[in-house]
Amino acid sequence: MSVPSQGAATVAVQAGGATLGRIVGLVALGVLLVAPYALYPVFLMKVLCFALFACAFNLLIGFGGLLSFGHAAFFGSAAYVTAHTVKVWGLSPELGIVLGTVAAAGMGVLFGSIAIRRQGIYFSMITLALSQMVYFLALQLPFTHGEDGIQAVPRGVLFGVIDLNQPFAMYYFVLAVFLFGYAVIWRTVHSPFGQVLKAIRENEPRAISLGYRTDRYKLMAFTLSAALAGMAGGTKAIVFQLATLTDVQWQMSGEVVLMTLLGGMGTLSGPVVGAALVVALENYLAATNLPVPVVIGAIFVACVLLFRRGIAGEIQARFGGASR
Amino acid sequence: MMGTIFGIPPQALFGQLLLGLINGSFYALLSLGLAVIFGMLNVINFAHGALYMMGAFVSWLLLTQLGIGYWWALLIAPIIVGLFGIALEKTLLSRLYKLDHLYGLLLTFGCALMIEGGFRHFYGVSGQPYPIPEALRGGQNLGFMFLPNYRGWVVVASLIVCISTWLAIEKTKLGAYLRAATENPVLVQAFGINVPVMVSLTYAFGVALAGLAGVLAAPIYQVSPLMGSNLIIVVFAVVVIGGMGSILGAVLTGYGLGLLEGLTKVFYPEASNIVVFVIMAVVLMIKPAGLFGRER
Repeated sequence: MSVPSQGAATVAVQAGGATLGRIVGLVALGVLLVAPYALYPVFLMKVLCFALFACAFNLLIGFGGLLSFGHAAFFGSAAYVTAHTVKVWGLSPELGIVLGTVAAAGMGVLFGSIAIRRQGIYFSMITLALSQMVYFLALQLPFTHGEDGIQAVPRGVLFGVIDLNQPFAMYYFVLAVFLFGYAVIWRTVHSPFGQVLKAIRENEPRAISLGYRTDRYKLMAFTLSAALAGMAGGTKAIVFQLATLTDVQWQMSGEVVLMTLLGGMGTLSGPVVGAALVVALENYLAATNLPVPVVIGAIFVACVLLFRRGIAGEIQARFGGASR
Repeated sequence: MMGTIFGIPPQALFGQLLLGLINGSFYALLSLGLAVIFGMLNVINFAHGALYMMGAFVSWLLLTQLGIGYWWALLIAPIIVGLFGIALEKTLLSRLYKLDHLYGLLLTFGCALMIEGGFRHFYGVSGQPYPIPEALRGGQNLGFMFLPNYRGWVVVASLIVCISTWLAIEKTKLGAYLRAATENPVLVQAFGINVPVMVSLTYAFGVALAGLAGVLAAPIYQVSPLMGSNLIIVVFAVVVIGGMGSILGAVLTGYGLGLLEGLTKVFYPEASNIVVFVIMAVVLMIKPAGLFGRER
């Protein structure tokens, strides 16, 4: 798999750019903390949900070299589970999100064990096909309410104390969820597990010959990625009080691929940048007459042809790892 | 033919089987094109569904704008789609051959979004009707079922195209070059055969098959910008089940799964949308390389 290799850049980050990277990270955190005072909170929450989704997807493609074209299945199913448990069973929002995440993780185990039987392009086609199956199930099962989706999901009271109907409370909760997910990914990538994953991406036969059970590593990465995508989906269902077919459709899978590609596959901060740009672009396009899919498709083509490293990847390559 | 078969009236059973066979014809034509393109270019053409839609739209535009009927459209639309394919291959795809195959998938995905989005922008999402040509209206009473002429024609036409493509690749000199270039393009080039041109023509041929399928589909389904995107995902599953190693395998799997889908519609309609995907999962569990595939 020749996803642009970040090996050298990662070393540079760990050695020289570490302090600089830390500063950039702290500044970004500061910006996120004060952002709702300057920008529309709903927009920011959308960015954060999709950023977490893209980071989860990136764990698989950027560090494991596996291109899943069906991640909407996990995002959307978790949104349905969270919405259903919160609205119909009356669970608290945090429990709903946990259940959504667990459901997505379970699906991740199932789909992962099927999909990792093939490599490369076949892997992508299998994940796409499986997610299309989930789409048809969501269309037909009674609890998802078909075309209508699950609407008017109550935001509820977090831990029985914090009323999430307050926009700022909701925003900081989403930020906390995002930071938690991001930390999990950061920890995974920098752990021995993450190193083995990178080794599998670079040269799977060699990893096997070194004695690693690569299938097991790939399945674990797939499950973790699915679970985090589910966490993003569940949170999205609480924020927008909605779970619909849009969340499980193949276009959604394509969108998360674009966010990661645009931001930079295999970089930690890239998917966040990509998600922010794509969400902002879609907000902007919604107000104009331009056809959204055409613009999105054109960006796709431009990314593949002109800058395959993505925005964060290009910055990293030019400035020796200032960004992560 | 009296009474029922497994508690199902034969009319309903054969009706659904015919529908399955028609769907299977489209699966076969599309997966054949995908397999031919993949063999030569190592690219999974995500734009295949969009180009199938384009074929249907071109024939609809020929009819409504220029008054050119079905039979000419059967010839002109695949040529237009094929030329479009050559342009796509020459300007975009050819830049990616040295890179990972995944980039080809991503690029054609972007193209599919653009083509589909473009048609959607200009023609909306609602379907446009396309009349069945004069000569193929009406139907035959076969005794056990009623066979509309046009549907019979679609099955026959797709069979002819699939079989002649298979023969051309397996039995002719050009086909031999093609197979050789699939195995070892550098060596074939050394023998004085222009491989880049062959690659372009292969892509054009593959997408022209999709365009042809689009023309055949126009009178059956409504001509709509969205007709290709859901179909192509099922075809991907078909390709995974069949394995892309063999042309014949792609065709047989296409027809077989169409029929199976038809049968599911009779016995358990709720599952008819997902049966292909379930079969894909089962096949992957038992024979990961696909039914006709070779483990590479």
